[in-house]
Amino acid sequence: MEDLIQQFFNVDIMMQTWPLMLRGLGMTLLLCAIVIPLGALAGLLVAVAGLSRSLAGRIAMRIYVDFFRAIPPLVLLIFIYSALPFAGINLSPLTAVVIAFTLNTSSFYGEIFRAGIESVGQGQWHAARATGLTAAQTLGHVIIPQAARNVLPDLASNTLEVMKLTALASVVSFAELLYSADMARSVTYNATPIVMAAALYLVIMWPLVRLAGRLEHRIAT
Amino acid sequence: MSNFERFLDTFFKWPIIVEYTPAILNGMLVTILIGAAVVVTGIALGLLLAVLRSYRLRIFSWPIIIFADIMRALPPLVLVLLFFFGLPNLGISLSGFTVLWLVLSLTLAAFAEEIFWAGITSVRKGQWDAARASGLTATQTLIYIILPQAVRITIPPLTNRTIAIVKNTALGTVIGVPEILNQATTAVSFAGNATPLTLGAIAYLVLFLPVVTLGRWIETRFAWKRA
Repeated sequence: MEDLIQQFFNVDIMMQTWPLMLRGLGMTLLLCAIVIPLGALAGLLVAVAGLSRSLAGRIAMRIYVDFFRAIPPLVLLIFIYSALPFAGINLSPLTAVVIAFTLNTSSFYGEIFRAGIESVGQGQWHAARATGLTAAQTLGHVIIPQAARNVLPDLASNTLEVMKLTALASVVSFAELLYSADMARSVTYNATPIVMAAALYLVIMWPLVRLAGRLEHRIAT
Repeated sequence: MSNFERFLDTFFKWPIIVEYTPAILNGMLVTILIGAAVVVTGIALGLLLAVLRSYRLRIFSWPIIIFADIMRALPPLVLVLLFFFGLPNLGISLSGFTVLWLVLSLTLAAFAEEIFWAGITSVRKGQWDAARASGLTATQTLIYIILPQAVRITIPPLTNRTIAIVKNTALGTVIGVPEILNQATTAVSFAGNATPLTLGAIAYLVLFLPVVTLGRWIETRFAWKRA
């Protein structure tokens, strides 16, 4: 018991590493603030391409989505960060992370948006076009608002996955929460900083876990 | 050298492909082993927890809900580092393979429990009442009446979630598990060339593209249709 507290809940080490952890948390939130909108936006483009009338557009979308669903995000990240330099393309950790995670999450958001758009009846589309709206206006004002509502639970749980994904940035030495915690661990030879990181992740993720769960149940009933 | 030749030389260099393909194949074997172990234990544990929860006894429900919430909220890499670097301080040293298997199994169990639970609660209450009225015990009702109906609608979300979690076997590279990504990054630093990472990416595509396609098929095949 003594050992457990000493090694995992050491108050001295908590006091020492607190500022470092807070900075890491800030970087994690920054990553979320960049990757979530970019991924969602790119996902929307993917979904629209997938619903286009051209066969080439649909096939390209299917290949794009399946490719990035099959490749683990960490593999994509390490490829971009450590294989591209061999081709003379050197990216900072932040740039590599943003590119890798945008590609990865856009395929998941894309599938969700596509399912959402398909869930809106064809009649909505025809009616909107008949009242004189352009295709873009129909999509923006009529289809997407309804589609988003239909797939809200999936959007919430995917956004949660994106936030959890940011922890992988630690592998390419981007100083987000987990990287800071692991640095502190290796300096102090004590697991307390990782426990602190876990606690901070819980604090920011748990409301979303609950929200996603509640949305799912509301749709189900 | 033309640009295209330079591209081939960087990402598809033939001698390096020949030299490192065996290592990548070994990595694939390790990835498959961990993946299979995670699927079996994760789904079995998830089902067990959902069944326990369906007895609606607080002594079971609360710990299960707390477990599922924590495991769904934490990035798996946090737990991998905590188990791998933290537990030895308590005298518990687990191999990288064990840590990865444990963390991913627990993560999958949490998601599977929630999915099975949603399936169980989606079966109409009348089914319970009718089964109990016909003389089945609570456990018999669960096994013969509720679960067969519940499992069907859980298959699509469970498949997608399982794929996503099994892909996390790549995290093993961080703690030295010799799976595909680990073999590839090691080979890159030996060879001084990016080709092994290309091979690694191809290995993942070979393993997971069929699974992703299968998941898509299952999604349409088992789509939940309301009468």
